[in-house]
Amino acid sequence: MNRLPILTGILFLLPGMALADAGARIAELEQAVAAAQMSADNAWMLVSSALVLMMTGPGLALFYGGLVRRKNVLGTMMHSFILMAVATVLWAVIGYSLAFGGGGRLVGNFDHLLLDGVGTDASGGIPALTFMVFQLMFAIITPALISGAFAERMKFSAMLLFTVLWSFVVYYPMAHMVWGGGGLLNAFENGPIPCFDFAGGTVVHISSGVSALVCALYIGKRHGFPSEAMKPHNLVISVIGACLLWVGWFGFNAGSALSAGAGASTAFVATHFGAAAATLGWVLVEWIRDGKPSMLGAITGAVAGLVGITPAAGFVTPMAALVIGFLAGVVCYWMVAVVKHKLGYDDSLDAFGVHGVGGTVGAVLTGVFATKAVADPPEGWAGLGLVDGNAFQVVNQTLGALLTWVLAALATFLILKICDALVGVRVDSEQETQGLDLAMHGEEAYNFES
Amino acid sequence: MKKIEAIIQPFKLDEVKEALIAIGIDGMTVIEVRGHGRQKGHKEIYRGQEYTVDLLPKVKLELVVPDSRADEVIQTLAAAARTGKIGDGKIFVSEVAEAIRIRNDDRGEAAL
Repeated sequence: MNRLPILTGILFLLPGMALADAGARIAELEQAVAAAQMSADNAWMLVSSALVLMMTGPGLALFYGGLVRRKNVLGTMMHSFILMAVATVLWAVIGYSLAFGGGGRLVGNFDHLLLDGVGTDASGGIPALTFMVFQLMFAIITPALISGAFAERMKFSAMLLFTVLWSFVVYYPMAHMVWGGGGLLNAFENGPIPCFDFAGGTVVHISSGVSALVCALYIGKRHGFPSEAMKPHNLVISVIGACLLWVGWFGFNAGSALSAGAGASTAFVATHFGAAAATLGWVLVEWIRDGKPSMLGAITGAVAGLVGITPAAGFVTPMAALVIGFLAGVVCYWMVAVVKHKLGYDDSLDAFGVHGVGGTVGAVLTGVFATKAVADPPEGWAGLGLVDGNAFQVVNQTLGALLTWVLAALATFLILKICDALVGVRVDSEQETQGLDLAMHGEEAYNFES
Repeated sequence: MKKIEAIIQPFKLDEVKEALIAIGIDGMTVIEVRGHGRQKGHKEIYRGQEYTVDLLPKVKLELVVPDSRADEVIQTLAAAARTGKIGDGKIFVSEVAEAIRIRNDDRGEAAL
């Protein structure tokens, strides 16, 4: 037994000693360096993948869970948690292939059905398995974000059906168009509408936010909205959730560099700065307009900033990140606290006001602030955004955002129609009054007698 | 025997409790309640949505004392709970027909 390591050592040493050829030795060293670099990148990408999963559970589950009334907290958390299971299985079976297979303009293909051909091969810099699982975490959180709009009143069965269909019709095509080979909006793959979307301003935030608005309009207001008080039942857990989102977002954005190199540092810093500036932006406006700076305002502002900086993270300087974050915080406050009340729709947890609006602000501002000073332009481009003299990029970014709005809105409306016909989307008023925890799941979060 | 129910400001509970213990009252029941009298509620704003909260958190003390001690207890309690501002609360006094100690079936003032 003890001789085995010695034998292995000799086996490794012998060819080394016999090598007279320096070329072979160099090739061997190069291979070792590449392997070491791959390991470093892979380590960061695996950590990032875990961080992005943490954004959904417990991050988003806590953030949203604290904002609803106590009778709906488990139902709301379940929306996030169940997607960690549903979106994963879908991704493994077909989703990854439809998002990242082949080189089509609009959607992937069936090359990687059942993860066929997705293994440890690291020719793309990191093992294909790592890339697959990192991208999976985005496919989980995106539909989970929508649940903020229909919180406290959607049937669980309808929510499941909706998010499955939505993944097929909106998420997989969006991911492919923006990040996939040959994608329509992929600036780095000669897309006809070349957009920069570092970590999912369009794919994740505009798509989920606009879909959330359509959901809120289609499903209608909560019973008693807005005359009855529907205060957040526990802002403490929302604060914890928001902090986990902030930290998780480092994986989301800096992980989107797909390596542990300098690009990840650019995105990491921009992410943090964006969140900080947006927190201040929201709180400042709130303080002036409503008289008091609120904890809920601070965490909502932070999330708005994180959303806003998402498409820009790897393309902008730290100072630009401060500007983007601040603007995202102010604009999202105005949308959530002013415009929403005037229009009267019940986007219960402000999925549209934060993700749809923040995502759009970020997408357009990416066209302004993206710069070759921190990121390489696509082949043949002189610069990235307006600050590099490429003013037309603002138009490209706006077109990309617009296309996402249209796809998300139309698809969501059709999917809701289908869900309504098949299972009915809304709980009946008795169940709504009772609360989703009891009506849908047969349990309560806070049990006095136990 | 008299039952004394006092609805007081939550932050005054410790002071009231200590004052009562100091004069030898060793039993009380405390309940967290919500309500309002002349004190009107306050305004809360969540993401620009304004709510008027008119039921405010209060603490209700319940204690049953011998008739002979009722006045002293009421005065001690009121003095400890008083801030002089609106919202300090109220004390209600009522007759108690019977008291029973569950452990050994003591009756009346002996059960207090």
